[in-house]
Amino acid sequence: MHPILKLLVQRIALGLLLLLAVSAVIFLGVEALPGDTAQAILGQSATPQALENLRAQMGLDQPALTRYFSWLGGVMTGDLGKALTNGVDIAQAIGQRLGNTLFLAGCAAAIAVPLALILGAVAARYAGRWPDKVISAVTLTTISLPEFVAAYFVIYLLTIVFPVFQPVAIVFPGMSFWAKLQAVALPVIVLVMVVLAHMMRMTRAAILNVMQSAYIETAELKGLSPMTIIWKHAFPNAIAPVISVVAINLAYLVVGVVVVEVVFSYNALGQYLVDHVTKRDLPVVQAVGLIFATVYIGLNIIADVTAIIANPRLRHPK
Amino acid sequence: MSAKPTQSGPLLEIRGLVIEATSYPPGEPPKNVTLVHGVDVTLQKGKVLGLIGESGAGKSTIGLSSMSYGRGGVRLTGGEILLNGREIRTASPGQLRKIRGKEVTYVSQSAAASFNPSKRLMDQVIETCLSHKIMSKSEAEARAVTLFRKLGLPSPETIGNRYPHQVSGGQLQRVMTAMALCPKPDLVVFDEPTTALDVTTQIDVLAAIKEAIRDTGVAALYITHDLAVVAQVADEIMVLRHGRKVELGTTDQIINRPAEDYTRALVSVRSIDHAEKPEAAPLLKIENVTARYSGTTFDVLKNISIELPPGQTLAVVGESGSGKSTLARAITGLLPPSKGRITFDGRPLSSAFPGRSRDDLRQIQMIYQMADTAMNPRQTVGTIIGRPLEFYFGLRGVARDKRVQELLDQIEMGKGFIDRYPAELSGGQKQRVCIARALAAKPKLIICDEVTSALDPLVADGILKLLLELQAETQMAYLFITHDLATVRAIADKIAVMYKGEVRRYGQKSDVLAPPFDDYTDLLLSSVPEMELGWLEAVLEHRRQTGIGAGAGN
Repeated sequence: MHPILKLLVQRIALGLLLLLAVSAVIFLGVEALPGDTAQAILGQSATPQALENLRAQMGLDQPALTRYFSWLGGVMTGDLGKALTNGVDIAQAIGQRLGNTLFLAGCAAAIAVPLALILGAVAARYAGRWPDKVISAVTLTTISLPEFVAAYFVIYLLTIVFPVFQPVAIVFPGMSFWAKLQAVALPVIVLVMVVLAHMMRMTRAAILNVMQSAYIETAELKGLSPMTIIWKHAFPNAIAPVISVVAINLAYLVVGVVVVEVVFSYNALGQYLVDHVTKRDLPVVQAVGLIFATVYIGLNIIADVTAIIANPRLRHPK
Repeated sequence: MSAKPTQSGPLLEIRGLVIEATSYPPGEPPKNVTLVHGVDVTLQKGKVLGLIGESGAGKSTIGLSSMSYGRGGVRLTGGEILLNGREIRTASPGQLRKIRGKEVTYVSQSAAASFNPSKRLMDQVIETCLSHKIMSKSEAEARAVTLFRKLGLPSPETIGNRYPHQVSGGQLQRVMTAMALCPKPDLVVFDEPTTALDVTTQIDVLAAIKEAIRDTGVAALYITHDLAVVAQVADEIMVLRHGRKVELGTTDQIINRPAEDYTRALVSVRSIDHAEKPEAAPLLKIENVTARYSGTTFDVLKNISIELPPGQTLAVVGESGSGKSTLARAITGLLPPSKGRITFDGRPLSSAFPGRSRDDLRQIQMIYQMADTAMNPRQTVGTIIGRPLEFYFGLRGVARDKRVQELLDQIEMGKGFIDRYPAELSGGQKQRVCIARALAAKPKLIICDEVTSALDPLVADGILKLLLELQAETQMAYLFITHDLATVRAIADKIAVMYKGEVRRYGQKSDVLAPPFDDYTDLLLSSVPEMELGWLEAVLEHRRQTGIGAGAGN
């Protein structure tokens, strides 16, 4: 078997194993909370008899292990159970919102990742000179602002001072792609501001590290231009550490943006999760937790594999 | 090809070149140092000029100045550099980009580090042809294949599709030569192109470079510290020292009739004459030792049996990968052998070092190739040498300092070094400190692993003389690992020639170095460059007739 293929299979198998472990941890964590779902539905004043009846009805009187496997079996077949608070099928409720989450994260990533790489390369090209300092100062400022401050600032600037966008990002099924894009413009800008600095600084550092190599001197002595040297000779060898930072930031765009969702009233997974945590709707919390874990592990596997493929020694063994 | 200024003058003319750099001595403010003091160089079209000198002589710095390039913050501050009649020292970066890679190209010492690991060789070889618009892609590729063939690379049609890590060091050095010649430059700067190679590989690469220079009619600056090597390729040789010209002359004049004392010292280096000691009962006896690294399936040492009497030197010679250093690891107990026995001073040694007593450990000391990395940079010389005194003999305080000073006197370093840090010492001084550290343990055997390989010839000579004097004083035995046969001739009593984990030839020096030879020893001995004109051709002709060495180095 080709070593890359072998690595790929290994990583995916490892990822699935990790996901199984995470599902157990999530289940245990929810299990460890005081009270249970029946208690949550019936409230503090419920009679013991009523609680027992409901538990039997919901299968909560079964041992934890049995319940874990029946939950896991459901997850495997796409059945995440029903929300306690409104009885809606969780998988259905999540589907729509997950789409919105991925749309927002995708738009932000499509702008932030290339921008970070370009800015990082420019900063490395002019290391220690004014373009480098300006890029560093601006990105550090944007990452230092709390998200809601950045969000209100952007709203103030782009809806009041220059009224080009609407302050809320409401999307609904059937909206055209362009209308959707326009709707999410403000949250995308805020998210780009938040994730840019980290990726940019890693790109800059990784490129500067490679610039010390003898083969960069070779490229300089070939009379190549500084930007050609960075893109063709430095960047391909600097990519591995950049990829892992990109993966972390992409994961953050999916699972960590609840504040931005709330500020812009964007109907996505983060808000959905927070709503149901406050209502102690445990099946929903379990399901969303599992989805977030999948995103994290999946992105990290992709990052690992990409970094491995980027290494010619592994791609083309002796 | 765009027109270059045509003129009848020399291709390269450097007048009064001054090169400076900023140094940052520890604990002092930065200061300006002058690396090259007003050197003149004239090179005619199609000629080869050898630049020779020790490290710090400024030879690479001068070589790179022909591309108006200062490595690592070095500044070309004075004089004129005329390439094809045009001043390039003060040229703008944009103008220099038009010259570099087109009119002048560069071959570095370590091709392995000088190729981009993530690009195919062909793309890198033809890059300048395309970026300078010298020829079309298909023309450039065809030219590259022609050059690969001329340089004797295997499968010239397809080797360009490989990545640098898929090709051996000797082959990469040839690919780099092809890369330098591909854009049809007027001048190629060869910066120690064969220094990092094994001696048996060096001869083939040297021959390939010489032939390529002759066939393409390109001019070259050939930089090296090895006079015997440059004598094979250069028309003229310039001897440099401390950034100044010592002597300039034809190759014949420099090696046969040197005018300056310094040049004479370079020519006659390795003048040590060491009388071979007779055979005697062994101090170290290695019997049928076989070893492999854990997790691998082949033996790196195969059935090794050698002996070393007290007070004598056994030289272990071979190419990289022949198992020389692994043998040292087996003797010191770092790599326990899978088979065989090691006896020291009449007693069997425990195969792994944790099983040895402190006194057993004390008896065998090591000195390494890179003195730099063998010392803690944050400890003073006194602490470094004092450590074995505390560890083995429990010496402390004044008694320890006194002994450290005695040891420093023994290695001819004298007073004032005890509080210095390794960074404040020269390469030769660092190696001397490492010798003193080994000496401090009062061992019966010192294993010297390529201890002079990283040093300049004259400095190395000083170290070898010191080692021989110490041996005469203390009756220590040396196991001397080296790839340098001149060193072996200078100091050995016995020799073991290793090849692919086996001892190919073993015995007293006079027997090992006397014919009849086995094929490998013959190849090894005949590959050592000799300081005479036409040596390279003579050896290659001899090999063509006898068939020895066919395919070596690939």
